[in-house]
Amino acid sequence: MLTIKNLHAKIDDKEILRGINLTIKPGEIHAIMGPNGSGKSTLSAVLTGNDKFEVTEGDIIFNGKNLMDLSPEDRSREGMFLSFQYPVEIPGVSMTNFMRTAINEHRKYKGEPPMSASDFLKLMREKKKLVEIDSNLTNRSVNEGFSGGEKKKNEIFQMAMLEPKLSILDETDSGLDIDALRIVANGVNKLKSPERSTIVITHYQRLLDYIVPDYVHVLYKGRIVRSAGKELALELEEKGYDWIKKEFED
Amino acid sequence: MAEDQNKILEEVTGSDYKFGFTTSIDTETIPKGLSEDVVRLISAKKNEPEFMLNYRLEAYKHWLTLKQPDWAHLNIPEINFQEIIFYAAPRTKPKYDSIDDVDPELIDTFNKLGIPLNEQKALAGVAVDAVMDSVSVKTTFKETLAEKGIIFCSISDAIKEFPDLIQKYLGSVVTYNDNYFAALNSAVFSDGSFVYIPKGVRCPLELSTYFRINAMNTGQFERTLIIADDDSYVSYLEGCTAPMRDENQLHAAIVEIVVMERAEVKYSTVQNWYPGDKNGVGGIFNFVTKRAFCKGDYSKISWTQVETGSSITWKYPSCILKGDHSVGEFYSVAVTNNYQQADTGTKMIHLGKHTKSLIVSKGVSAGKSQNSYRGLVKVSKKANDARNFSQCDSLLLGDKCGAHTFPYLEINNNTAIVEHEATTSKIGEDQIFYCNQRGLSTEDAIGLIVNGYVKEVINQLPMEFAVEAQKLLQLSLEGSVG
Repeated sequence: MLTIKNLHAKIDDKEILRGINLTIKPGEIHAIMGPNGSGKSTLSAVLTGNDKFEVTEGDIIFNGKNLMDLSPEDRSREGMFLSFQYPVEIPGVSMTNFMRTAINEHRKYKGEPPMSASDFLKLMREKKKLVEIDSNLTNRSVNEGFSGGEKKKNEIFQMAMLEPKLSILDETDSGLDIDALRIVANGVNKLKSPERSTIVITHYQRLLDYIVPDYVHVLYKGRIVRSAGKELALELEEKGYDWIKKEFED
Repeated sequence: MAEDQNKILEEVTGSDYKFGFTTSIDTETIPKGLSEDVVRLISAKKNEPEFMLNYRLEAYKHWLTLKQPDWAHLNIPEINFQEIIFYAAPRTKPKYDSIDDVDPELIDTFNKLGIPLNEQKALAGVAVDAVMDSVSVKTTFKETLAEKGIIFCSISDAIKEFPDLIQKYLGSVVTYNDNYFAALNSAVFSDGSFVYIPKGVRCPLELSTYFRINAMNTGQFERTLIIADDDSYVSYLEGCTAPMRDENQLHAAIVEIVVMERAEVKYSTVQNWYPGDKNGVGGIFNFVTKRAFCKGDYSKISWTQVETGSSITWKYPSCILKGDHSVGEFYSVAVTNNYQQADTGTKMIHLGKHTKSLIVSKGVSAGKSQNSYRGLVKVSKKANDARNFSQCDSLLLGDKCGAHTFPYLEINNNTAIVEHEATTSKIGEDQIFYCNQRGLSTEDAIGLIVNGYVKEVINQLPMEFAVEAQKLLQLSLEGSVG
């Protein structure tokens, strides 16, 4: 599904990612953890093609395609989804209109005709139910005036609508109370399938109680310094990141 | 990153104007230049009654004493009036009794513009008056409307057929000495639409005039007069386009509206004159005086304008709220791109008691354009309990354009409540990236964001035109930000 080889990336002149290697197979859930400033969010930005960051070295292969050749919108249409840490507001643009445009762009890319209005509304209803999102959220403008929790739920709703092959959840747990966390995690779990993979970026073990990863990676100073099964998350929770920092001080 | 942004910006601003074609049709023109003889010639061409000629001559004499105004935030090159042709008409039969008599080239032209002149093919619920250069080509659904006593025809016909109404109302809202371009228009206006809605009649169709400039080196000077008698209602829409040419062409129009007791007029404009190319060459100078006179108590006028075209726009659709409890509304979207300049807004003149006005203005500037809102809210001494709310927002795409707001308030009555809110914002890269990440291209993202931003105004347009206007906005901004 996704192969990252020796990925280096910088912003301005500061190198943030310094040689990331990672392979994700269909159906797998990978958690990426690490202290502040280790490059977690940069990794999600680089994967989705945010041009604030410049890739200086390395390759990313997604579904057999070199991601460097694809625009951010084509990466999305290829099935990559980012649940933003800070979803932006787009005043005056209804969620319905926004999602319909997005879905039809995805379909156009695959050579399919636009979805009919009735099919679309049906799909909306289905997915709203699946992720337990309030009906009136989707009647409002994109994220406008949403609370932090509502914004995150709305990200998961969009994920459900677009049915991506690879979902990247960038600190989806930040700013969520325990109930919202459970709803968001449930949504993610319901969408789990043998074809779909997920990258969960988080600081805390808490989210991983609900979304159980197959692998846990620790990112530190732009490199993956440790990879193991889900027990690694528990270990980090217990010991903090200091022992890692000590080990990899350079 | 900055370089990338500039690149995308340039790509986006390089969009093409869809309506830039010309129609090769035999056109009758008079020699270029402006003189008393030209004014007489235009009047003679139109077989006008003497009162009309006299009105034109008075206006012309007054115009000679005036200077081109320079107070707007616009850079207007000097206009050489001796290089302009003041009258041009497709040379075909002077009068069309049926659609079959209309030159197929003309029908084809209007078809290309999405304005079918054939009533069977026409947009449901819309009657159209089509004006090419200086003359009205065809008015549809005239008979259907006549059954209700509604008059909808070209102003030329109205001058001949309804001289009493014309003598009473033409120039009653915008006098010929109102301003420089009004004087010019009053002297040389060629055609336009006339609407009269009788007492108590709700016009069953949207009335629409479509203006097309085709001939070279000509100016278009149209004149529209709408009279809504007591307890009547009409929704009127105008649209306009012009071919792509390297020279600037002048368009100086007057629209006058008289609204009687409890009557309501909704006037919508989708202005898409040729804006010039991306280097600022060519384009229409759009100098327009539009004013509505809410004469009767409880009357209402609502202006909605979507301004995307023209190289220079100078336009302030105004409301004179004379009747007690009368209401004036102004909803505006002005989009400028490349080297376009717009100085537009409104005047709300509160004369009657309990009068209300609302201003919602949304400016969108891209490229190297300049976009100004200029608005006056005036409350006279006797206008007790007047109320105004103004909202003026500007959206900037890129960093080479300018947005300006010039609000003027003259409040002479201390019972008035007047509020003004203004905001300026930029489309954020993060908004665009968010859309990109959901599969939208940058251009589509900008279109979506801008349409969201102007939604409040677009919602005021009649349904059929709201969709058109949305597409138009997207088109005008194609390629405008990174």
